[in-house]
Amino acid sequence: MSTAILVDTTRCIGCGACVSACKEANGLPKSEDTTLTAETLNVVESHSGVFVRKFCMHCQDPTCASVCPVGALRKTAAGPVIYDESRCMGCRYCMMACPFSIPRYEWKLVLPRVRKCTMCAPRQAKGFQPACTEACPVQASIFGDRDELLREAENRLRQNPAGYVPHIYGRDEVGGTSVLYLSAVPFEVLGFPANVPHNPLPMYTHRELSKIPNVVAVGTALLGGIWWITRRRAEVAHAEGDEEETPRASVG
Amino acid sequence: MSWRRLPRATFWRVVLAVILATGFYSALLRFTKGLGAATALTDRFPWGLWIGFDVLCGVGLAAGGFTVAAIVYLFHLERFQPIVRPTILTAFLGYALVAVTLLFDLGRPYRIWHPMVMWNPRSVMFEVAWCVMLYLAVLALEFSPVIFERFRWQRPLRIVKALTVPLVIAGVLLSTLHQSSLGSLYLIVPSKLHPYWYSPLLPVLFFVSAIGVGLAMVIFESNLSARTFGREIEMPLLVDLGKGIVVVLAFYGLMRFQDLASHGTLRYLREPSTETVLFVLETLLGVVIPLAFLASRRVRESREGLFVAAVLVIAGFLLNRLNVSLTGLEASSGTHYFPKWTEVSVTLSLVGLGFLFFALAVRYFGVFEVHSAAAQAQRRPRRVNTPVRVA
Repeated sequence: MSTAILVDTTRCIGCGACVSACKEANGLPKSEDTTLTAETLNVVESHSGVFVRKFCMHCQDPTCASVCPVGALRKTAAGPVIYDESRCMGCRYCMMACPFSIPRYEWKLVLPRVRKCTMCAPRQAKGFQPACTEACPVQASIFGDRDELLREAENRLRQNPAGYVPHIYGRDEVGGTSVLYLSAVPFEVLGFPANVPHNPLPMYTHRELSKIPNVVAVGTALLGGIWWITRRRAEVAHAEGDEEETPRASVG
Repeated sequence: MSWRRLPRATFWRVVLAVILATGFYSALLRFTKGLGAATALTDRFPWGLWIGFDVLCGVGLAAGGFTVAAIVYLFHLERFQPIVRPTILTAFLGYALVAVTLLFDLGRPYRIWHPMVMWNPRSVMFEVAWCVMLYLAVLALEFSPVIFERFRWQRPLRIVKALTVPLVIAGVLLSTLHQSSLGSLYLIVPSKLHPYWYSPLLPVLFFVSAIGVGLAMVIFESNLSARTFGREIEMPLLVDLGKGIVVVLAFYGLMRFQDLASHGTLRYLREPSTETVLFVLETLLGVVIPLAFLASRRVRESREGLFVAAVLVIAGFLLNRLNVSLTGLEASSGTHYFPKWTEVSVTLSLVGLGFLFFALAVRYFGVFEVHSAAAQAQRRPRRVNTPVRVA
């Protein structure tokens, strides 16, 4: 049972309760940030008069987790993608790779961390729902099982086709995310990247990395073979030109 | 080593001193105030000059190491022996400088050892980290005879020389893997990297271009060393390398063109954007013009022609890597990036130190000596199967 959050932007009134709740739950200072920052892990943006909250999409096959060289980011069975700051060395590949450009960095600190929403994994572990969904006064953001939320979203699309763009953003994007969105306007208008593939991004590098054992095996045989074959010719050349001072090839 | 008077203040030495002074200040800033103060990097643009130039370009420019080692020790084209040592030295310094850059760029550089014990084999960067680590060791071992000869440590010298072929094979494999993996780093951003530069062929393109620029760097370094240390240029060797560059560039150009055409990317040429300008510039400088030059035998066999062609290839290569890592990602990032002067000063300082250490190695070690007495003494004993001349 993998948890998820459904954000119905047609219901959001832009009150910012989710932002305040997130700050309180994470011990973050209040701020007037209008975009995600190292101190604002959940933010309400306004596009063409529509309010939309932005935070980590908690992808099913997260790009950030696959690119981290030390495995500091991890998708949990419960749903959240969490960050182990004790492993992180600050290479920032996760920031580069995230198709939604979510992870933020503590640039001002000498010992910086990557920062993003954790879907309140610690709260979930204790049986609570995330602070943001609990705080939402109009149920624009709701928390639950991913499959159930997908069914709920499909219901809303079916019952009110004129009120929505017929698409659940996050159902298939990058192989599916745990944060799902419904909208009355095209998702690009709300600032969502329009051209993310529907297959998980880690697949693009897996294709290359899986070839490595082959490259090593075939390469060793090929290079060893070339050395062996050309050595003969070089030896003959040496033997024939031995009166001159032709140095044997060795390192250096 | 006898004590010398203070070196003369030549123009380049003053330039280096100024660069190193600014680099020192930038380093202080970086480590006392953090990345935000010392760089122009932001959340929307987390990788900048240090990754785009120092790492991506630096590793490529050092590719001559594995290429020339393979040519001499695996293909047994022993006439290239004289350029092995300086090329390996260039490669070693190049990779060492990349490692130092990472100490600047990583948010927590004291954790640089983490990939050794914390593994994520799904990550291209994990693979790059390991390959670069192992290859640095290989390069150090390949260059060690120069040190051993200097101090006349015969036993280590013998051991290392016996390991030549396995070391070179390991070096070629490791280089193939990480040169291509630097390209693979960008496979994961199909929605962010501009189509001019995004391609499933990125690993292959990075690998082939590394070979090309490695050869060009040999020509470049030979010319510079000849002028600085009063050495003679080994023209016949460089001419052959020039021919090699023609083949590599032709292959690269065709592969790239075919890839772009088949994805319909060439239609972007109709848009007069910054990306178009830089893409055209990179193609002209790095492929078209050097190909045209080197195709002419008269240019190829002239010292200046080769040098100019090499410089063009290097310039085009640098531009290509910067385009992949910086230019191509700007549009999707929603922001602009231009390095802060402190970032530039760190980069220049590291490059300057590279030149400095190269010069010091040449002065105090036998980098340009192939037929040293120690080398003669270490000649392998006769093989059983050596052919006997039939009268």
